[in-house]
Amino acid sequence: MRIVVVGASLAGVRTIQALRRHGCDAQVTLIGREPGIACDRPPLSKGFLSDPDAAARPLLGPEDLAKLEVTMILGRSATDLAPAEQTVGTDSGERIGYDTLVIATGSSPRLLPGLEPRPGVQVLRTGADAARIRDALSARARVVVVGGGFIGAEIASTGRRMGCAVTVIEPLPALMIRGLGPALSQAMTRRHVLAGTDLRLGVGVAGLESGAPHPAGAAREPGAASGGQAVRLTDGAAVLADLVVVAAGAVPETGWLRGSGLDLSDGVLCDGLLSAAGVPGVYAAGDVARWRHPRYADPVRMEHWTSAIEQAAVVAANICGQGRTHDALPYVWSDQLGGRLQIFGRVQPNDDVHYVLGDASSDAFVAITGGDGRLNAVVGFGAVRELLPYRKLLLGGAPLSAALGLAGTSA
Amino acid sequence: MQVKVDLDVCQGHGVCHMSAPDVFELSPEDGHSIVIVDPVPPDLQDAAQLGVDSCPERAISAE
Repeated sequence: MRIVVVGASLAGVRTIQALRRHGCDAQVTLIGREPGIACDRPPLSKGFLSDPDAAARPLLGPEDLAKLEVTMILGRSATDLAPAEQTVGTDSGERIGYDTLVIATGSSPRLLPGLEPRPGVQVLRTGADAARIRDALSARARVVVVGGGFIGAEIASTGRRMGCAVTVIEPLPALMIRGLGPALSQAMTRRHVLAGTDLRLGVGVAGLESGAPHPAGAAREPGAASGGQAVRLTDGAAVLADLVVVAAGAVPETGWLRGSGLDLSDGVLCDGLLSAAGVPGVYAAGDVARWRHPRYADPVRMEHWTSAIEQAAVVAANICGQGRTHDALPYVWSDQLGGRLQIFGRVQPNDDVHYVLGDASSDAFVAITGGDGRLNAVVGFGAVRELLPYRKLLLGGAPLSAALGLAGTSA
Repeated sequence: MQVKVDLDVCQGHGVCHMSAPDVFELSPEDGHSIVIVDPVPPDLQDAAQLGVDSCPERAISAE
């Protein structure tokens, strides 16, 4: 059997490792756009940015990679999929045949018009991106973060801690609102205000103006990004920036699959086994996969690190004929404001929020969210241990009333 | 198969326990992971390996 994996990042690499552990001795080919295997990304927006000695960790060392006995086609992009003849094309003109294909091309930072990456304008995806942001933060640059999701909030928090002036521009009314829902996102947003971040909510970016002079008298650290620029907002205001970080979310890398017959409306649509809808022999894993999760009514796509790993395990098991459904409880964590924010499950926009430890402004809190009697998510900040019993209820499918009962709160 | 948790590195995410509840328990004291089977029986090895792989801090090793 010939297995082709497209995407040499977390989901693709972990899929191959799991296949080999299952004893699968198929011929495996790994196609990756970058010259090497990707690095481990979560630290890049977290500890890495404030630690001058941190290095980007590869997902897999050279020895472990060699043991997998994979044919590597690195530094090449897949250009198209021809499901009828079961081949993948690459930008070298080669066509690679498969019996089973794993699509693990991940996602790319969403680019905003006028804010394309260039010196002074940065996205955060690779170790090199993170190192450039780290250099600017340690030089106390004036930082404008465009996008107030988890990554934007992490960069802002680290920047403040390192003494930078930080502005976050977010078109929605609060930070991290998609992940936290309105009430909890408000609570976290207030904490960012208290940390001294200048928040511009409900506005967008109209454009970038270069050559703005640095304010007279402000001391500059050597090595700071030079040649100031001004970010013009849709409300007319201008914010001076040495560094603009675009953290406006990610888009699934499906462009190369156009015309293949796959449903690509938001990632590659898959069934609960992560098998691509409508095209036999094709699986998807990681940020690029949208699948029918038994917990949710509509297909979901997640950009969570743990989800990519679990999906890799499921795809490998299913290639080996196990018929496993991907039903893991979603988990995302974010290090910011001196604490760890943890979200188990998914907060739904209309959920009621009940604090079962602390409250919106306490140093630590645990909140449960749900509606119609259903427990949907457990959210903790600085409360790794205290949220455990609630997470257990969520994992077991307990109703909201059980979680409220545990807290001694009346529903 | 044996799994070990480096408690200096473990941060109590608890993902290992979600992946393999029969292999990893979480300390009620500090939320850190505790391995409850040694060695890991064959029928739990897939789950244990997923626990190893999905540790956000890479605190767990398997031999």
